[in-house]
Amino acid sequence: MTVHDNDRANDAPGRGLSDLHRSHLDFDTADKTYLDTNELVINMGPQHPATHGVLRVILKLDGEKVLGTECVIGYLHRGVEKIAENRTYAMFNPYVDRMDYVAAVSNGLGYCEAVEKLMNVEAPPRAKYVRVILTELNRIASHQLWLGTHALDIGAMTPLFYTFRDREEILKIFEKYCGARLTTHSFRIGGCQFETYAGFEKDVKNFLAFFAPKIDEYETLLTGNRIWIERTKNVGVISGADCIALGVTGPVLRASGVKWDLRKAQPYAAYSAFDFEIPTGKNGDTFDRYMVRVIEMRQSMRIIEQAVNGIPEGPIMARVPKVIKPPVGEIYHSIEAPKGELGYFIVSDGSTQPYRVRIRPPSFVNLQALDLMVRGMLVADVVAVIGTLDIVLGEVDR
Amino acid sequence: MPDFITSYLDHTVTVSPGAAGSQFWALIYVLIIFAGVSVAVICMNWIERKALAHFQVRLGPMRVGPHGLLQPIADAIKLLLKEDIIPAEADQFVFWIAPLIGLLAAFTVYTVIPFGPSQAVSDMNIGILFMLGVSSLGVLGIVVAGWASNSHYPLIGALRSSAQMVSYEVAMGLAVISAILMTSLKDGTGTLSMIGIVQAQNEQGVWFIFKFFPLGLIAFAIFAVAMVAETNRAPFDLAEAESELTAGFHTEYSGLRWSLFMLAEYTAMIAVSSIAVTLWLGGWMHPFPNLLHARAWEFLFSLVPGLTFGGLAAIAYIGAQRMPPQSFFKIQRIGLVVFAAVLGFIALLLLVVAAVAGLLPQSSAAAQHTTGFRDGIDNVYWFVLKVAVFMYMFIWYRATWPRYRFDQLMRVGWKVMLPISLGVLVLTAIVGVYFS
Repeated sequence: MTVHDNDRANDAPGRGLSDLHRSHLDFDTADKTYLDTNELVINMGPQHPATHGVLRVILKLDGEKVLGTECVIGYLHRGVEKIAENRTYAMFNPYVDRMDYVAAVSNGLGYCEAVEKLMNVEAPPRAKYVRVILTELNRIASHQLWLGTHALDIGAMTPLFYTFRDREEILKIFEKYCGARLTTHSFRIGGCQFETYAGFEKDVKNFLAFFAPKIDEYETLLTGNRIWIERTKNVGVISGADCIALGVTGPVLRASGVKWDLRKAQPYAAYSAFDFEIPTGKNGDTFDRYMVRVIEMRQSMRIIEQAVNGIPEGPIMARVPKVIKPPVGEIYHSIEAPKGELGYFIVSDGSTQPYRVRIRPPSFVNLQALDLMVRGMLVADVVAVIGTLDIVLGEVDR
Repeated sequence: MPDFITSYLDHTVTVSPGAAGSQFWALIYVLIIFAGVSVAVICMNWIERKALAHFQVRLGPMRVGPHGLLQPIADAIKLLLKEDIIPAEADQFVFWIAPLIGLLAAFTVYTVIPFGPSQAVSDMNIGILFMLGVSSLGVLGIVVAGWASNSHYPLIGALRSSAQMVSYEVAMGLAVISAILMTSLKDGTGTLSMIGIVQAQNEQGVWFIFKFFPLGLIAFAIFAVAMVAETNRAPFDLAEAESELTAGFHTEYSGLRWSLFMLAEYTAMIAVSSIAVTLWLGGWMHPFPNLLHARAWEFLFSLVPGLTFGGLAAIAYIGAQRMPPQSFFKIQRIGLVVFAAVLGFIALLLLVVAAVAGLLPQSSAAAQHTTGFRDGIDNVYWFVLKVAVFMYMFIWYRATWPRYRFDQLMRVGWKVMLPISLGVLVLTAIVGVYFS
């Protein structure tokens, strides 16, 4: 690393995007500077308590200060996109649950809607409402898991147990609906396979009543906490322009002040029928991202409440042929998953199997911003930023 | 019996064995304290796991023994039997010696901690200075462990630990000095002796935490924060920050040596809590010793230890009754009842001692002989109770707060605590000289 590079790393707040295109880790020259013994290259991960799975981050440190990072991914690569080419459309559906296993319902929704679009089929209104309810419940569950692990990374142990206790109630609803808790596979191409069970509405309403005070409880532990504020304010700052340039989406983008949410921008499922707000932040720091996600949980509750009260009667499944054979063509459909824009690009050659499926996972794209966000910060901030990006390695590596 | 044994057994002796020149009894006291502190660490281990679990809406250890009471023993056996691993690249000798340094430093502090006017190993006239010096050595064990591991995470942890010590030791020392200043108020000559500090609080009729309100309170608060930092506990557990440095300075340690680090950490926690109790909370004295010192009050206060053990026995017994009825839990229920019986027996003994010393005529031989014994029990009891409150606070902090960042910790140490403690010191001196 040259002197020039060191200077660049020092002016942390005013970094431009041009820095991103620089090769940031130059190990050969680092070994040759015998007089400069300050630099330390350490591997954070793939086995590390705070990398949320098997992410490996190579850190170049000057004492505690981060001079540069490099993410090494692929430890959880299962070739999901390739598998898609060898399965029928319906057979591939359960595989997408295994990408972002924290928000399996969202993954299924995106895939089913993409194939429906390709086939020119539309799910019946009732199915759309059930999809919205389950997806938003899953968004809450995903944010709960994020909140718990993020707080644990910053050193607060207790929120983890509170969020897991409450997430359990959501998983119970999933279990009663489709039998699975984590990889739900609850949607089918053309609607939902199952009609809602008796008492579904009541369970969901009970959950809403149960959960409202719980969010306040999380906030009592963290929002006003002096140490929490010090650890999150002005940590991992990223501007809206940088977010857009990097393709960062979801709460990270919104916390930087860009009001972009696909549920509003390109309404899918039944979202156009509901009244809800898109929270945005100002500073684009870790605290704003925390607040955005907490408010999103409340907004999700609003959506669920409207959906469960206005759920229409009717069939739950559209008329879909037994053998799904979409016409020749290609489609890109994206939804607002809890972590950002989840897109499916499907090319059909008219056969029963997709010719190509390309998935745009939000975690993978958001992870790019890590280096920009942590350069010039301290080791402890790397952990905070990995947490705040809310990555799931199953989705990053696919 | 030889003279060196009997010389200190006289019930009229009211000084520590060190002060009385009885080396034999000093040694016995050292052994008692070593065993007592080790048992306290084991209890603390269980209490921390249980209390932390209940903070976090879970049960904690429940399987090994009733309510997991035998869990610490199972843990200890596991750690002792584990394979002894020294990394190939580590500096073997230093790697070996590091946990011992920390442990030795933590235990040596106890030589000057007064559990009572005569319940101390020795009454060193530079007691508090000795304590500050020795307890600071504990960080050497951590630094050396991090260096000897020859690995990156431990190295960073060790460096953090040393920076932390430098940042907090100064503020801690100044807070201690302001307490020492207060000891000189009565006759113009202060004392560094730990026993002398408690006696000064007795003579002035006030715990130093309430002296020159709020100066004493602020000094105490600074010490209370600094002692958490000194012992590397949450929210200042940067040296072993689990989510950042995997396990910090003891990443490469396992088995016995790792457990020595844990033992040292908890021992140091008890030690610094003892110092806070001695300096600000009246040491071994029961509440309001200057007002409530009539014989009737002494009798009432002497019932408290027995009643405490009785209460614990009752809780254990109720717990046994509430055990699920399945036969699987039968052995656990029996175990808990036996535990309750042991606690109840101790309670009974304590109450008998209190009754003999407090209810028999003061002139009777039995009362005279037991009074000294009873006072000793009372002193130790009140001291341990106050320390226990601090130990609970340590658990509470850990459950509540996120971890400070390295630079924030140093900023708090240098820019907040140091100026405040300096100001408190100066103000204490001014108030002491001109307004009292």
